[in-house]
Amino acid sequence: MSPERLAYMANQIGRFFAHRPEHAAAADIADHLRKFWEPRMRNQIITMLGEDSGQFDPAVRKAVESLRT
Amino acid sequence: MSLVQEIDYGTKHINSTEMVTLTIDGQAVTVPGGTSVMNASMQAGIKIPKLCATDMLDAFGSCRMCLVQIEGRPGTPASCTTPVAAGMQVRTTTDQLLKLRRGVMELYISDHPLDCLTCAANGDCELQDTAGEVGLREVRYGYDRANHLDAKKDTSNPYFQFDPAKCIVCSRCVRACEEVQGTFALTIDGRGFASKVSPGVNEDFLASECVSCGACVQACPTATLIEKSVVEMGQPEHSVVTTCAYCGVGCNFKAEMRGDRVVRMVPYKDGKANHGHSCIKGRFAWGYATHRDRITTPMVRASIDDPWREVSWDEALEHAAGAFRRIQAAHGVGSIGGITSSRCTNEETYLVQKLVRAGFGNNNVDTCARVCHSPTGYGLNATFGTSAGTQDFDSVDHADVILVIGANPTDGHPVFASRMKKRLREGARLIVIDPRRIDLVRSPHVQADFHLPLRPGTNVAVLTALAHVIVTEGLINEAFVRERCELDAFQEWAAFVAEPRHSPEAVASATGVEAGLMRQAARLYATGGNGAIYYGLGVTEHSQGTTAVMAIANLAMATGNLGRVGVGVNPLRGQNNVQGACDMGSFPHELPGYRHISQAGTRAIYEDLWKVKLDAEPGLRIPNMIDAALDGSFRGIYIQGEDIVQSDPDSQHIVAGLRAMDCVVVQDLFLNETADYAHVFLPGASFLEKDGTFTNAERRINRVRRVMAPLSGKADWEATQALSNKLGLKMAYAHPSEIMDEIAATTPSFAGVSYTKLDAAGSVQWPCNDAHPDGSPVMHIDGFTRGRGHFVITEYVATDEKIGPRFPLLLTTGRILSQYNVGAQTRRTHNVVWHETDRLEIHPHDAEERGIKAGDWVRLTSRTGETALPALVTDRVAPGVVYTTFHHPGTEINVVTSEFSDWATNCPEYKVTAVQVMPSNGPSEWQAERREFSEHSRRVQPADADAVPAK
Repeated sequence: MSPERLAYMANQIGRFFAHRPEHAAAADIADHLRKFWEPRMRNQIITMLGEDSGQFDPAVRKAVESLRT
Repeated sequence: MSLVQEIDYGTKHINSTEMVTLTIDGQAVTVPGGTSVMNASMQAGIKIPKLCATDMLDAFGSCRMCLVQIEGRPGTPASCTTPVAAGMQVRTTTDQLLKLRRGVMELYISDHPLDCLTCAANGDCELQDTAGEVGLREVRYGYDRANHLDAKKDTSNPYFQFDPAKCIVCSRCVRACEEVQGTFALTIDGRGFASKVSPGVNEDFLASECVSCGACVQACPTATLIEKSVVEMGQPEHSVVTTCAYCGVGCNFKAEMRGDRVVRMVPYKDGKANHGHSCIKGRFAWGYATHRDRITTPMVRASIDDPWREVSWDEALEHAAGAFRRIQAAHGVGSIGGITSSRCTNEETYLVQKLVRAGFGNNNVDTCARVCHSPTGYGLNATFGTSAGTQDFDSVDHADVILVIGANPTDGHPVFASRMKKRLREGARLIVIDPRRIDLVRSPHVQADFHLPLRPGTNVAVLTALAHVIVTEGLINEAFVRERCELDAFQEWAAFVAEPRHSPEAVASATGVEAGLMRQAARLYATGGNGAIYYGLGVTEHSQGTTAVMAIANLAMATGNLGRVGVGVNPLRGQNNVQGACDMGSFPHELPGYRHISQAGTRAIYEDLWKVKLDAEPGLRIPNMIDAALDGSFRGIYIQGEDIVQSDPDSQHIVAGLRAMDCVVVQDLFLNETADYAHVFLPGASFLEKDGTFTNAERRINRVRRVMAPLSGKADWEATQALSNKLGLKMAYAHPSEIMDEIAATTPSFAGVSYTKLDAAGSVQWPCNDAHPDGSPVMHIDGFTRGRGHFVITEYVATDEKIGPRFPLLLTTGRILSQYNVGAQTRRTHNVVWHETDRLEIHPHDAEERGIKAGDWVRLTSRTGETALPALVTDRVAPGVVYTTFHHPGTEINVVTSEFSDWATNCPEYKVTAVQVMPSNGPSEWQAERREFSEHSRRVQPADADAVPAK
């Protein structure tokens, strides 16, 4: 899938949780991704972390990092 | 079989706890106080002759046929307008009454054609019946004097005719239009002998304001207003009660039949959602079911460039199953998926999701709610704990303040809109939040107290501003919040909305709504008594759709407008069974009953029953499937009753995804736009051809009953079952009732549902189980499903779909009364008379700036694509906003809508697209190419024959 679109969607989720402290927002974003994103989408966005050139908001980046485990 | 006869009690039933006993013809009768003598008499089994009375309408007392005598009272009062009294002694049949009634009837008949044998109403004429009841034997006045027998017939409406020669001026039609429908299109013109029913001023029915709901036709006691289908076919001989297949209101109808042909659809008085009313679509627009375009033979082809080849069911199913298995062998279990249909029954959607989860071995199943009310599911689940509306439709009768946001009920949910308008005429207050001046803002005898014409995309800002007023002005229902909601979350929310940046004054510029209007609307909703919110796709189809739903839930909780009759949060669901499709586990992340697929205990229920291991991970949503198709990891799809090319956003992206797939299986009534890219076509069955259930917007599970055999030989559930068996997942249901039994056995909220219960009760609203054996008209009465209500922070985030110099206007899309969804059904009926093409509504100022006049063709361009359509210049839309519908594939409006979608659910942002509008000479080149391809793709090659165009 389009990496730009995946990153956009993830950041969109992040904006909803932006009022939360970063660690809490990251947990909520990760929970959302686990519950609603099909594994190939999650895997792709995890892969994108390695090539991250600032496309993820900080809480989103933390959330995606937490999906690795 | 015989006709389902419903008793007409003449006047409405009265709800009263005070009971009154009287005597009618020597028989004691006990009825609620306020009941009419006519109604009480009918309850005692004594039918008093009548003409102007019917129990759908208020008593009128004009025909002088229902006279009775009451001991101790002078004269002969009309029984329809005389309320019962304790100890009253009524006589319905005396020599004096017989003489009076006969005399009145003589007068009626002296100006009525005596063509009963050739009259279309013969056998169903109340005038004829009443003449018999009063013993009319002669007409002493003759027929040669002044009369109306040469009055001209009005046949302008495609569905019914008006023959004034047969009119007895009982006013039932006029009153039905006013009281039941609320349109006020009819009147009695003239006085005395010159009185006549008139649609508008010197207009015929078609040109008038009549909305063709048919209430007048149903109310007419003679052949004056009668369905053309009855004129053409004759009276029906049997009927079956079933449920309409249009919209989420879920009206019950009597399908009145002659053999296996529908003669007419008559709304069922005992229907709990519609109480005997209907709209133009349900009552009249059923002709598509036997339209010549129906495809009734399965077809296959190797490539979408080939013509279709008609084959047997067995060959088509083998073809599909073989292709799916080959794809999975080559590309993995997750390389195929399915889409359930919100137009099909609960049982059918349940089977499709079962086929995907257990047969395909993944959770790649989704449904059209993805593009309409998926944010409702997410938002209401997060706040209340249940993914559905809180009330039944009857609840509106007790609302004091009605807040309509992002919905246009008079077009989208017309039968419920009539109920709402009735309540408004009774004095309920109205707030409308909508970019357009929808009919509810101002129509006969209805006027919104406040219309907030917000800029598309700013729902969350407006809703949060309303919350700001409620919190900062001390209008919170503290007792409710303290008792029913999570206090920490409430306090955090209250502090958030109280921030000055959320005040009406602060957001007025961004939203385009005057601050004062927002303040007054908020105060009215919070303090006006029972506050009920009704919303539609104008809330959900945004990048913040889910946030807006949660903002609505916050408002209702903060003001205590939940958990009782007359209040609530009410999503007006779009398609007939979109609620049911969601209930049945059509979403990729949850099993039936909204239980997440990751719950091992829930999966175990199905694994034990289906004897397969289920995937614990969520599957792909529709837009994800299309994206995955383009990267090659998703290559096959089974689409039941859904036309994603026409209905989903950015059509060219959808087409590219379908083109990239190896096997697209479409099951539908017609070769729709999506079928142009399919390799297997399985003929679908209309709602008239199958048994099952639909669940409407108020969670009401209604029975759908077969009235004719499936034209293709298989109902849709049978086709899915056959495909499943070809794929090796054994299904052996003999009847949809067995599927419902499985649903009940595995889904807690449906545990008490069975066809036996539905047949006995008519319908039930889920949850229906041991805790709620008779169903649940109102939810969250003693507490929220999730325990305590959860307030959610709703930060407004402006859409990324921005206007600018190239695209200075905002396009928002919606529906119109006469058409339904992608129009596949309604375009194949006479409803095209009212809406033969999509039109672009544009404000006079914007039109003038561009040199556009009414009716001109205009080119509509966005960052995604372009199309062309005629313009409708109107100040119904604000400057800077344009509006159109998506009913016609020739327009294919979704070629211009964007890929932006709701953050939580990927529900597309149909309601906000930046566009430019310029004059055009006609359809665009793209439209012409699309038509050419479509015609090419729809060639059908019968066995052993050359290719021919599709029927």
